[in-house]
Amino acid sequence: MRQKNKEYVISKITTGKKCKNNSRIDGEDWVYSPEVREHFFYPKNILFDETGYKADGIGTVGSPECGDVINVWIKIDKMTERIKDCKWRTFGCASAIASASMMSQMALENGGMTLNEAKNLKPQQIIERLGGLPDRKFHCSVLSHKALRDAVLNYFEHYAK
Amino acid sequence: MGYGKRVYLDNASTTPIAQDVLDKMFSYLKEVYGNPSSLHKEGRTAKKAVQKSRSNIASIIGCDTDEIIFTSGGTESDNLALIGLAEANRHKGKHIITSSIEHKAVLDSCKELEKRGFEVTYLGVDGDGLVSAENLESNLKKDTILVSIMYANNEIGSIQPIKKISKILKQSKTANPIFHSDACQACGALPIKVNDLGVDALTISSSKIYGPKGVGCVYISNRVKTAPIILGGGQEKGIRSGTENVASIVGFSKALSIANEKMEKMSVQQTKLRDYFISEIMKNITDVSVNGGIVYRLPNNINLSIKGVEGESLVLMLDDLGIACSTGSACSSIDLNPSHVLINIGVPLELAHCSVRFTIGRYTRKSDIDYALNQLIDCVRKIRSMSSVK
Repeated sequence: MRQKNKEYVISKITTGKKCKNNSRIDGEDWVYSPEVREHFFYPKNILFDETGYKADGIGTVGSPECGDVINVWIKIDKMTERIKDCKWRTFGCASAIASASMMSQMALENGGMTLNEAKNLKPQQIIERLGGLPDRKFHCSVLSHKALRDAVLNYFEHYAK
Repeated sequence: MGYGKRVYLDNASTTPIAQDVLDKMFSYLKEVYGNPSSLHKEGRTAKKAVQKSRSNIASIIGCDTDEIIFTSGGTESDNLALIGLAEANRHKGKHIITSSIEHKAVLDSCKELEKRGFEVTYLGVDGDGLVSAENLESNLKKDTILVSIMYANNEIGSIQPIKKISKILKQSKTANPIFHSDACQACGALPIKVNDLGVDALTISSSKIYGPKGVGCVYISNRVKTAPIILGGGQEKGIRSGTENVASIVGFSKALSIANEKMEKMSVQQTKLRDYFISEIMKNITDVSVNGGIVYRLPNNINLSIKGVEGESLVLMLDDLGIACSTGSACSSIDLNPSHVLINIGVPLELAHCSVRFTIGRYTRKSDIDYALNQLIDCVRKIRSMSSVK
């Protein structure tokens, strides 16, 4: 019981800040974790319009028929071989949007992922940073790491000459 | 809009309880605690309450009092109608006809019956979500013992030609099967006199008509035999054992009376709101399609697909803004498949994932619709701006 109350308080603090209207009702008890909530309502690094965006690598996975699509655009610092920008758009459910946003955040942290790190990013790493996902939703984040890997491979194929 | 404002547009899922129903139930919850099967005064008082409710419901749907079986709700009523009627009549034949867009409570009962050796025909529907009575007739076999076609669909609100089907079944020279209809969604919006409809069994749920949850009934004509699916103390003529849920039954009865009184007024009011909502959405949002037909449709049902806007995302975003609605998207379902109803009326997979359902209720005002409309326009803009599907 005590443990349960503690969780309640922690999640309330982490989600309470930016919830607009209804944090009073559901802030402490949403369908996904507080981290998913944050990245779904306040997604980071979206590329609203790719016109004029000079990507070094582009990745696309999924299909509208399956209900999930993600596009990833990356810019590479060719000297350090690190990702210096990572943008995305996605068609999908809340956890798909959140995992794309989290993936982009992870790709840019600590001076940017190395290409090797980006290529080998595991879905489990994204899921952990999202505070977990329901089992049946694992495929959503599998998608965003694949899109990042596709973008890196695309960079190797077409731009890294 | 104010802090915590909620606009509830998911009345097909369940309805809020009416104040008059709640008021009526309180004293039964508190004071009428006897077991209706008991001989003493407490028991007799409880039994009287159940019987009074039963006879009220019977008079509303136009049947004999002992033709009403109380259950735990729509799902159990459907299970009992399908499995109970099929099992009790299996000596007459093993063929059952239903539609492909029934509620899972019917479809999964049919799957169970297939395991038990019955043969089930699942009729397709047209793009409007309607069963063809002629198609049904041509699928009748000599050993067809049961037909179950819902009165109105829960997802797209399509209203089935129940009277036409019952007429065909009565005149058929091939078979004269028992006819069951799930009226969970229709009740409160459409007439439900069983003799006018020509049905032998009818499912009604309390939780869709502003009554308490966990209670409902199935009308089963005395002309047909039913086997129980819940065994025990022999309540409800031995068809449904278990101590009666007295206060809920009283509440259900009250809710049905109110729903019946308000039916015509509500139909007019909700049709107006529905048509206004749809026309405003069409004016303000591009690439929207209405799922299902508009002519034979429940007054409260709006089901749309908004291209590039995945349903679960939209529902959660609207929820955060105070609007409750639902989706047929795969992401929101337990089995990760998009709605079988949308697929069966021919909605492409891509658009099935983008479906959203708003269902108007008794307490919905035009200002609620306007609020929902404005928030919907904003949410669609926001989700489309980050969507891969343009």
